[in-house]
Amino acid sequence: MPEPLLRLDDLSITFDGITVVDKLSLTVGRGETLALVGESGSGKSVSALGAMNLLPSNARVTGGRWLGDTDLTALSARGWRGLRGGQVGFIFQEPMTSLNPLQTIDKQIGETLRLHQGISGKAARRRTRELLEQVKLPRAEELLDVWPHQLSGGQRQRVMIAMAIANEPELLIADEPTTALDVTVQQDILALLAELRDHHGMGMLFITHDLNLVRRHADRVCVLFQGHEQETGEVSEVFRQPRSAYTRLLIDAEPEGRPPLVSQRSPLLEARQLGVRFQRPKRLFSRRPAPFEAVHPLDLRLSPGETLGIVGESGSGKTTLALALLRLTESTGEIEFDGSRLDRLSGKPLRQLRRRFQVVFQDPYGSLSPRLPVSEIISEGLRFHFPELKEADVIRRVQDTLREVGLPENCASRYPHEFSGGQRQRIAVARAIILEPELLVLDEPTSALDRTVQKQLIELLRDLQARRGMSYLFISHDLAVIHAMAHRVMVLKEGKVVEQGECLAVLERPTTDYTRALVKAAGLSLSTRTIS
Amino acid sequence: MSLFSPTLSPITRRRLAVFRANRRARLSLWLFAVLFLLSLVAELIANDRPIVMQYQGDWYLPLLVDYPDTEFGGFLPSAADYRDPYVRDEIEANGWMLWPPIPFSYETLDMELDHPAPSPPTLRHWLGTDDQGRDVLARVIYGFRLSVVFALILTAGSLVLGVLAGGIQGYFGGKVDLIGQRFTEIWSGLPMLFLLIILASLVEPNLWWLLGIMLLFSWLGIVDVVRAEFLRARNLEYVRAAKAMGLPSRLIMWRHVLPNAMVATLTFIPFLFTGAITTLTALDFLGFGLPPGSPSLGELVAQGKNNLQAPWLGITAFITLSVMLSLLVFIGEGLRDAFDPRHIQYTASPDSTAGPTRKPRDA
Repeated sequence: MPEPLLRLDDLSITFDGITVVDKLSLTVGRGETLALVGESGSGKSVSALGAMNLLPSNARVTGGRWLGDTDLTALSARGWRGLRGGQVGFIFQEPMTSLNPLQTIDKQIGETLRLHQGISGKAARRRTRELLEQVKLPRAEELLDVWPHQLSGGQRQRVMIAMAIANEPELLIADEPTTALDVTVQQDILALLAELRDHHGMGMLFITHDLNLVRRHADRVCVLFQGHEQETGEVSEVFRQPRSAYTRLLIDAEPEGRPPLVSQRSPLLEARQLGVRFQRPKRLFSRRPAPFEAVHPLDLRLSPGETLGIVGESGSGKTTLALALLRLTESTGEIEFDGSRLDRLSGKPLRQLRRRFQVVFQDPYGSLSPRLPVSEIISEGLRFHFPELKEADVIRRVQDTLREVGLPENCASRYPHEFSGGQRQRIAVARAIILEPELLVLDEPTSALDRTVQKQLIELLRDLQARRGMSYLFISHDLAVIHAMAHRVMVLKEGKVVEQGECLAVLERPTTDYTRALVKAAGLSLSTRTIS
Repeated sequence: MSLFSPTLSPITRRRLAVFRANRRARLSLWLFAVLFLLSLVAELIANDRPIVMQYQGDWYLPLLVDYPDTEFGGFLPSAADYRDPYVRDEIEANGWMLWPPIPFSYETLDMELDHPAPSPPTLRHWLGTDDQGRDVLARVIYGFRLSVVFALILTAGSLVLGVLAGGIQGYFGGKVDLIGQRFTEIWSGLPMLFLLIILASLVEPNLWWLLGIMLLFSWLGIVDVVRAEFLRARNLEYVRAAKAMGLPSRLIMWRHVLPNAMVATLTFIPFLFTGAITTLTALDFLGFGLPPGSPSLGELVAQGKNNLQAPWLGITAFITLSVMLSLLVFIGEGLRDAFDPRHIQYTASPDSTAGPTRKPRDA
């Protein structure tokens, strides 16, 4: 056990009388990474923010908090300002919003240097450049005068890290530092953090929900469930022999199983040379720049009852492809759905055909109209496409569908905000399947959900497919989920098909570097499962 | 609308609860409702003819029916003037009359003043008379009604026009939006006040003319808000989901986009409403508003200005306007808060408590 750096004794946090964290005790030593793991709402971020006095005034924090020899409970406001950003560095989840959009990188990093070390002018600029080089940003000199919006998500997160380590903190608090990033970028960032930790001898409190990352990048782990500490221990031990039931549940929550087999028949959906281009804006008196090819022309086939997985990182054109297939965005090429040419239809005939291909979107919070009760949301399409149905029939169909997706019947009159993310996603599925579609497009349906909920949803979807014989177009960046859902898979990168084929074949023996990188970054659980 | 709950939907109930919890808004609403209802039956409160009367054993309803003078022993075929001493004595000798509490209408000239007009408040004229000898209280009651009704119609009209124009621009975007925006920009550049003044010299400006002209311009304020909301909402996932379901645009706009855009629009209504009242008052004050003789608060303000020796005119106008506008603003505030989803407290999940804490910028 290394020398303890951050020590929390029976830390409890209550908001207006509601206990969010209950008697959490942990220590982070110098040069080690402690992972704080839990599902959303388990109080992991709140504990870290509470320990550092960053919670709003309606929070009550009790218990002992020590950083080295400093008693954090007795610290003055002035003391805190010196501590945060000085001895303690923070990295937050959202690289897109954590940087001030109105200041250049140089200014933002320079500010922390000026405040804590009194460095300014040329010296600060030099130091900033060193920092950018330390976090391995290419072309550091150029990046100094760049605005945040000119950087990609991964680059911004690196800038955030540079800012956090600018004052050589003893403790680095990383709150889901890679959740918003692509899997391949994730690995680089975490490797960088580990390197910096060893180099500076920092202690690191690593908050995450992703057990894969914990397994590879943390020394010790502390599992939280609804504000209660479940267990703490060495990562290897916890994973081999979880002591608490909840930890076991988390570890077992990896999606598993395979979709039911299908026989190859004539295709339900076929796309030939399907491409999407977006016009770039034209400046006055200049020639119009070449359009942006979001999806390069590609061919695609989907049989009845089959699932085609589409894999790719952000910006690879997966969602655009789905929208094009659904005729929700302009495209070129041919789309044939069950014998009719979708790309030639428009207006009323297209709207009537829409009943047969439905979609479930990624964000369970954004895809349900907040002002309609669940019954209205689900029955809306039914009422429109089958105006001859009687009220009683509509109600019965709604009830049946709710039961089918595993929701209690009494939820029909409630509103979406009363449901959790997983339940909302079930409502979205219910809204789609009540029309009895033959094709369901699932655009990252599980990526906003906790692992345990994800697993349930995947089982539901597989179950529905087996019962109704629907075809799925399943979009995901998560290869574990794809493995559990897809018969065939198509890997997209920058709008081009990199690789495609039978799911197992592609995932086990990838032929391109890009797929291999994806499998390596995310697919370790696959390989471990195949071994065990 | 709701499928399984024939009564109020929970969200409406919650909104009502939020509104009720706001004491100031609730009291203002009550007070305003009472005042407005009272003003709606202004004819029963302030009138220059009796409500009911009995004359020579017969019942009469002068409030509703115009009886000729000859009916009561006069010799003119014109409508009877019940305030005329001769008619009054004649009727009271042969029956009785039930007068409203204020026996003057807004245009009644009191011929029996013991002071030169404007006369100060007395028991006969509770708030005094204006410079033509008309009862101020009666004019305030009728003027209040006219202002509120005018503002109500104007607000409703501009809401319909504004939401329609803004909604279409925002939802369809592209060229529709571009052309629509330029048009509204040019349109809003037209000087409304001058148009009204020019109009006042062309036609006899009555209530409907004023309403029509003001309606041509007042919807512009809402367009931007509604357009922005629709523009934002058309790319939301639930709107996309509705499109994918095959719903036609008008249904999507009506059911999915509009209810969510209404919150932003509602915050505008109080301003629109009070704005309508002040505009009408200002026009009347300048003399370009309602035809002479109409009960208007603006005219009362003008009289207060012209007769500084008669402070009851200015004070009454000021108090009436400020009370009315304050009440409306309070109600509007309460409404806006009630419709604001952030004010709706739902069962606190740990997520929602952790939510707002994610923004420190100290690193």
